[in-house]
Amino acid sequence: MSASRLPAVVIAAPGTNRDGDVAAALDAAGAAARIVTLAELRDEPKALDAARLVVVAGGFSFADALGSGKLFALELADILGEGVAALLAAGRPVLGICNGFQTLVRLGLLPGGAGPNVLAPNDSGRFECRWVTLAVPAAGRCVWTTGLDEPLACPVAHGEGRFHAPTDVVDRLEASGQVALRYSGEDGAPAGGGYPANPNGSANDIAGICDPTGLVLGLMPHPENHIHDWQHPRFHRGDRRGGCLPLFRNGVRHAAAS
Amino acid sequence: MGGSVGAVAGSEWRCLTVRGRVRGAAAEELGAQARLLGVPGVTRIERASLVFLRHGPRVDADGLVGTVLTDPLLHDASWDRSEEVEGGRVVETVLHAGVTDPVAQAVARGARLVGVTERLDVATGSRYEVYGNVSEADLDRLITRLLANPVVEHAARGRIEPHEAVGDSSGDVEPVTLTGLDDAGLDALSRRRGLALDPAELLAVQAHFAGVGREPTDVELEVLAQTWSEHCAHKTFRATLSWADGTPIPPLLRQLRDTTDAIAAPWVRSAFVDNAGIVAFDDRLDLAIKAETHNHPSAVEPFGGANTGVGGVLRDVLGVSAKPIAATDVLCFGPPDTDPATLPTGVLHPRRIRDGVIAGVADYGNKLGVPTVAGAIAYDPAYTANPLVFCGCVGVLPTGSHRSTPEVGDRVVVIGGRTGRDGIRGATFSSMTMDATTGEVAGASVQIGDPIVEKGVLDVVLAARDAGLYNAITDCGAGGLSSAVGEMAAVLGADVELDLVPRKYPGLAPWEAWLSEAQERMVLAVPGDRIGALRDVCDRYEVELADIGEFTGDRRLVVRNAGTPVVDLDVGFLHDGRPARRMTAARPTVPAAHGTRSVADPGGALLALLAHVNLRSNQDVVIGYDHEVLGGTVVRPYGGAAGDGPVDASVLAPGGGPEAAAIGIGVNTRYGALAAGRMAWSVVDEAIRNVVAVGADPDRIALLDNFSWGDPRRPETLGQLVQAVEGCCAAARAHGAPYVSGKDSLNNEYLGDDGLRHAIPPTLVIHALGIVPDLRQTVTSDAKAVGDVIFLVGRTLDELRGSHLDLVLGIDADGSVPGPDHDSPARYRRLHAAMRSGLVRAAHDLSEGGLAVAAAEMAIGGRLGLDLRIDGDPVVSLFSESNGRLLVEVAPDDAEGFVTAMGGDALRLGTVTAEPTLRVATAGPTIELPVADLVRAFAGHVPGVSA
Repeated sequence: MSASRLPAVVIAAPGTNRDGDVAAALDAAGAAARIVTLAELRDEPKALDAARLVVVAGGFSFADALGSGKLFALELADILGEGVAALLAAGRPVLGICNGFQTLVRLGLLPGGAGPNVLAPNDSGRFECRWVTLAVPAAGRCVWTTGLDEPLACPVAHGEGRFHAPTDVVDRLEASGQVALRYSGEDGAPAGGGYPANPNGSANDIAGICDPTGLVLGLMPHPENHIHDWQHPRFHRGDRRGGCLPLFRNGVRHAAAS
Repeated sequence: MGGSVGAVAGSEWRCLTVRGRVRGAAAEELGAQARLLGVPGVTRIERASLVFLRHGPRVDADGLVGTVLTDPLLHDASWDRSEEVEGGRVVETVLHAGVTDPVAQAVARGARLVGVTERLDVATGSRYEVYGNVSEADLDRLITRLLANPVVEHAARGRIEPHEAVGDSSGDVEPVTLTGLDDAGLDALSRRRGLALDPAELLAVQAHFAGVGREPTDVELEVLAQTWSEHCAHKTFRATLSWADGTPIPPLLRQLRDTTDAIAAPWVRSAFVDNAGIVAFDDRLDLAIKAETHNHPSAVEPFGGANTGVGGVLRDVLGVSAKPIAATDVLCFGPPDTDPATLPTGVLHPRRIRDGVIAGVADYGNKLGVPTVAGAIAYDPAYTANPLVFCGCVGVLPTGSHRSTPEVGDRVVVIGGRTGRDGIRGATFSSMTMDATTGEVAGASVQIGDPIVEKGVLDVVLAARDAGLYNAITDCGAGGLSSAVGEMAAVLGADVELDLVPRKYPGLAPWEAWLSEAQERMVLAVPGDRIGALRDVCDRYEVELADIGEFTGDRRLVVRNAGTPVVDLDVGFLHDGRPARRMTAARPTVPAAHGTRSVADPGGALLALLAHVNLRSNQDVVIGYDHEVLGGTVVRPYGGAAGDGPVDASVLAPGGGPEAAAIGIGVNTRYGALAAGRMAWSVVDEAIRNVVAVGADPDRIALLDNFSWGDPRRPETLGQLVQAVEGCCAAARAHGAPYVSGKDSLNNEYLGDDGLRHAIPPTLVIHALGIVPDLRQTVTSDAKAVGDVIFLVGRTLDELRGSHLDLVLGIDADGSVPGPDHDSPARYRRLHAAMRSGLVRAAHDLSEGGLAVAAAEMAIGGRLGLDLRIDGDPVVSLFSESNGRLLVEVAPDDAEGFVTAMGGDALRLGTVTAEPTLRVATAGPTIELPVADLVRAFAGHVPGVSA
């Protein structure tokens, strides 16, 4: 680990399983990622202080008992107390992927302002794992996705990822540039609700949202699983599009600059 | 196990009914399942979750509803629920006391986090409201066959209460009198105690204890029964065998091991001696591989059986200090459209078994975070009462990092889940024939998995491995602590105290604690000075650790209950005292053929093949498996232009490249009853061909054998097994591909209440694990580019007996089952060299359905047409399933070079076309089908069959 590498922390609960994947993605993007379990965090809540970037990783924390992300969020709220707000205070980019997104929503960090839960069971009623294309809306304010001009390609792997909120909430998020990623066709045009381009029935094809500051991104798909070109399902047909390393580089670059 | 903060006595249970706000699909599906079970009057079944709370006066249960128990976006919740509903019937279920209940545990944990410090008991259940015209008898049927599983749940009509009584077993240990018993007496004893030992084995036990000068304790007898069970001891595979005419047959296990020894591949690190086989991968990593069956448990409790099947094989790989990186599943079921009225008593409907098994596989792999990347599903009426569930796992470990030798003085350490009464006598259960009562009497044999606990165990083991905290490790599988500690102590001996084993609940008898197959446990031999460091690692991942004794060096296995020995056995007798079984095999008779093979419309036959339930796409199943987690997946189960083309083998890059690992599977459920030896050769060749097709080096392929067979005490069944093992060995030697591990599951039979035995067809699953030298040279099966040339490599013979063509024609016409192709090993090496030279654009294995199906699948994958011409008998050319063949796509400029590289063994069939049509001209009728029709058929939309 080089001294110039940006210290990042990946938080894992019992049942988190893509902590290693996202730590590898962060390392590839120039960070030095450390995985911290809930038990370690409880022993040492200050473990987060040195982190310039924080990721809540995906998986099945606590087997999704009580609802995905719920117990993870209750644990974090209990451990960090006021520190939950402090997570954001230092201009630190925060990323929640899949179960980590669900956890940030339960914590009230997304969509922000202690809003209601916005993630419901997939329209298909089941867990699905398939590759999707993600377009970056032009008007976005998210530090993780701003400036990404090519659509991203990566897998989803979830059963409860349908973005679902009252129309006024969706409209407010759209208007404030908090929609960070949208399920799209391979050309980047919105999926228009069409299955399986929109794999779960999310309103407005929303795949990821940020908080009002743009620092906190939550998304259901797994950009950490498309860092190398050979991970793409059509690599053998010469398809090299949609690598997600730029998203992690964005986060690391922003953290380094702030 | 329910969740609890402290213990509560005296107060009343309250129950919160939680209903999902999104309804419809699930209720429809349950209704459809009910109708499938022969209750046509059901219109729909609504399900709600029940959360039972029992607490002291200061707990604000209402406050818990919004914070912990429900989500207003998703749920409606009520403290009231009715005994009856208008127009419907109410059934409620709760888990048996002691069954792992993660939701209840989560509620208790969540309640503590929001400030509940007072006592709180939690239990969960389900409520079903069954609407429609349903009689009492119908409701009984629905309860026993759909809504509740008696293995893990209680059911009641109307409201139910949590089930609490955990019966205390006697803590007493009693001697069992063997002295003076004759064969009949010993046999009666074996039956009475469910030992599944035969008189010769019990005579050996009797003689041993006569020599010791005392009777065995009941615990010792149970330990011997487990250790000597077919499941653990592989009695048939180690037996002294002969043909009926007296010709001796080398023991089957020795034949397999001799094959590996003869091949003497320098890259085999460990074969047959540990929990999993180990082979070299690249210059710093090794790969481990193992596959297991979980057939009987999946027949009785499909979800739990398959769930723990995956969990068990992952622990096998963890048991050689390897990190699991891929899971596989090969599943055999009865036809999903089986008429419920034809089911033998006590047998679950194939569709329920299938759905439960698939959900169980998905649940464990997805939650633990291991990609499920390869598998197969076969349907045949012979599997209706005996479904087969093969679960495989590949793992990765740094070269030389696995330590497997305990030292004297090492502590015996158990980590992971607590021990309960689940899975008692699983090994003996797995070794018996099932009948109508099996579901009831074997209830306790089925375990319930908890993948989250296993994920913690996995993290602990890998961290402990890297820190050098143990000298040996093994998983707790069949036979529980008895097998795990018994195997680890096989050389040194051990002295352990049962009181130190963490329990889910009190009241276990000593033998129950020692033999329980409770899941998610590993046993480690840990030097005393490293216990503290291991405990720190366990704390990090919230995993429980218990130090229960030590490895002694006196070659005795001593098990104590509160200090008093309940087992004191010589480990030499325990592991080597079993008399070898003598068995006689007979040459199997070949079933009579019937019908005539005649195909007027080969295009129609091709569509029928593509749409057949055994050949069609399983993508709807695979979508439910996470095949991407860990980020190492290079080739996934379906690929190509539209992501729906079948691949020959999955490819993973655990080290990030350039080397990658290919996992291929060979299985054929149709050939075994006709010609078991040819079946085995074919299945081995298919598994190898699959990994060669994606770019694996034929000189770096390791094999796993998994046999699922009927009762080998029937001479013809044993004869089929002998022929299959001989075929396995011959094919492996021909290819230079060694076996590194294997497993057999025998007695897959069901004794119906009609007195008939329902046996499975001889079923062999071969896993091939190959090394792809450079993941950038991986080859896939989808057609790539217009104008490319399509070659057939390998020779086609008239080998249509048992073919899938016959299956869709509804005949079993005479002919030959595909036999050995002794040129295929050299052919695969030439093909691999051509791939390394960059000459191959696509390659696809020919197997079920022959050339016609393979060509169609290449077209589907590429969404391109193929224009081909083949000579010879059209039916043979199109549909024969001869071994050793592939279709290969080559760029036009490389065509000549490819033929040279193949030494002339490449027949030019035609080209890839822009027009999306599959055209195959023959000496007879021509196949001409739009690719869109092929896509639809492969997705299971059955066109009008006009073959």
